Amino acid sequence: MTALPPPPVLVIRGLRKSYGSVVAVDGLDLEVRAQECFGIIGPNGAGKTTTVEICEGLVERDDGSVEILGGSWEHDAPSLRQRIGISLQETQFSEKLDVRELLALFRSFYDRPHDVDHVLGLVQLVDKSGARIGSLSGGQKQRVAVACALIGDPELLFLDEPTTGLDPQSRRQMWDVIDRFRASGRSIVLTTHYMEEAERLCDRIAIVDHGTVIARGTPRELIAALPKPATGAHTAPTTLEDVFVSLTGRHLRDE
Amino acid sequence: MNDAIRETGRSARASRPWRDAQLVQLTLVRFREFVREPEAMFWVFIFPILMAAGLGLAFRNRGPGTVTIAVVERAEPGHVDFATTLAAAKGIAVMPMTLDSALAALRTGRVALVAVDAGASAVSYRFDPEREESRTARLLFDDALQRALGRRDRLTTADSVITERGSRYIDFVIPGLLGMNLLGSGVWGLGFALVDMRRKKLLKRLVATPMSRVQFLGSFLLSRLCLLVLEVAALIGFGVLAFGVPLSGPLWVLALICVLGSLCFSGLGLLISSRVKTMEGASGLMNAAMLPMWILSGVFFASSHFPAVMQPLIRTLPLTAVNDALRANMLEGASVAGVFPELAVILAWTLACFALALKLFRWN
Repeated sequence: MTALPPPPVLVIRGLRKSYGSVVAVDGLDLEVRAQECFGIIGPNGAGKTTTVEICEGLVERDDGSVEILGGSWEHDAPSLRQRIGISLQETQFSEKLDVRELLALFRSFYDRPHDVDHVLGLVQLVDKSGARIGSLSGGQKQRVAVACALIGDPELLFLDEPTTGLDPQSRRQMWDVIDRFRASGRSIVLTTHYMEEAERLCDRIAIVDHGTVIARGTPRELIAALPKPATGAHTAPTTLEDVFVSLTGRHLRDE
Repeated sequence: MNDAIRETGRSARASRPWRDAQLVQLTLVRFREFVREPEAMFWVFIFPILMAAGLGLAFRNRGPGTVTIAVVERAEPGHVDFATTLAAAKGIAVMPMTLDSALAALRTGRVALVAVDAGASAVSYRFDPEREESRTARLLFDDALQRALGRRDRLTTADSVITERGSRYIDFVIPGLLGMNLLGSGVWGLGFALVDMRRKKLLKRLVATPMSRVQFLGSFLLSRLCLLVLEVAALIGFGVLAFGVPLSGPLWVLALICVLGSLCFSGLGLLISSRVKTMEGASGLMNAAMLPMWILSGVFFASSHFPAVMQPLIRTLPLTAVNDALRANMLEGASVAGVFPELAVILAWTLACFALALKLFRWN
């Protein structure tokens, strides 16, 4: 006897958003299943952050529908705020607070939060609990941001480029944090432009460009779908990076 | 196993100690940020006291006072020796000089008057009648000289001297400085903190949590009111202890004026910061709002110095209302009834600022 699969935690249909004449999201469809880590990857300016911020209830959409944890921002905002955790791009927390004080602040917003020490353990910052935010390294600050997202014990976690600008070691520490959260049976939506990160962390991936999904599937499926080069010159194994570049083009983007 | 992880280290809101309440946590953050910013501490607590001390010393009442007068004498027999003749005169100090150095001293303000022996029982005075000190010097010197040379008064005069607390410059300026301080800490305290949080995307991050926006705003007002007690106590305490500034009116009315004034200026700070995204933009707007009031609202000198046509405008400024109410209470002993019109102006500004600010405010 097999149980029915749990309902998806996030369903996006025909999502559109424009800023003036700039179309940021152009008819995007996505579905994130329970207990999976879902990656949204794409070049800068592809519409990743706008999509995620609409899902987080921070930006209003122009058109389409977003169903999140079975509810909607129009009807269920207060309870959704309790049930999701968010790490935005480039939030600067107050440098003069220490880590424990900041987490105690975020903890006070939630109905059934974790203890500060528990979350400090999850993000491996126990020995930094008394350190001022201003004295932390970039990687430690990022983990503090994730700790603020975890303190409310969320069912669904949004991480918008959590490892951008981090050194390889800090990035791996962040991956450990994400792995531990997943192991507790929760769902994650992650944006990144590091392909090896998406390949390592995500169950399924959507490649987004010009505000719409241009490819989706497991990392393995995406790699398998890439046509092999005709000549024998290309001998290295195909990676997600090859898929990404072949789909979004090689030219530099300056957005 | 997942359930085991779920259950570790969680506590339901119902059993939560008061310290974990969000209003308490938000307010604690405000205090921590303030206390850990030494510059803010200086501007809020030390600067007003330094200013009061400086002004109090500069404009202290020096008893009857002494004016310095340069005398230019003739080195010929039979002349009147001013210095010897006037040595005993009260209120004037006489310094013999050459004409050139006397005129230079007059120009630079070191002497108030130049008296020149013009010969043949004549004296000529040089002074600027626009300078009050010079007019006084002219009268005192002439009076003392004429008497010394034998003038007889026709009337007998008697002086009875009264020095009243509350009429000195320091008594005038302490309430003004208090009003200015309430304005500054309200506008800067709220405005800079909020714009900084918007700039750092912290406001956006906070509204992504279940945080209550009312309690967030409440924490700013609550911390402002707590700091207000210290600010007011420091400045008034200094004025009372160092200069004997009077507190003639009921203290609860003084407290009421300070609380309402502070709320009003906090509302102004909130309004100014409701849309601005950069610290530079915020600075400019704050200066534009506060500078006219520093000048017009009677901080350092009475606003009655401005022309009559400007008075209705000046009367409607919130800092004028706060300063007038503080002076009426501290110096003239006014209770609520005596400061009612001022309180009404303050209240109207408070309501208008908050209503507009809450309409305009942007979280990201």
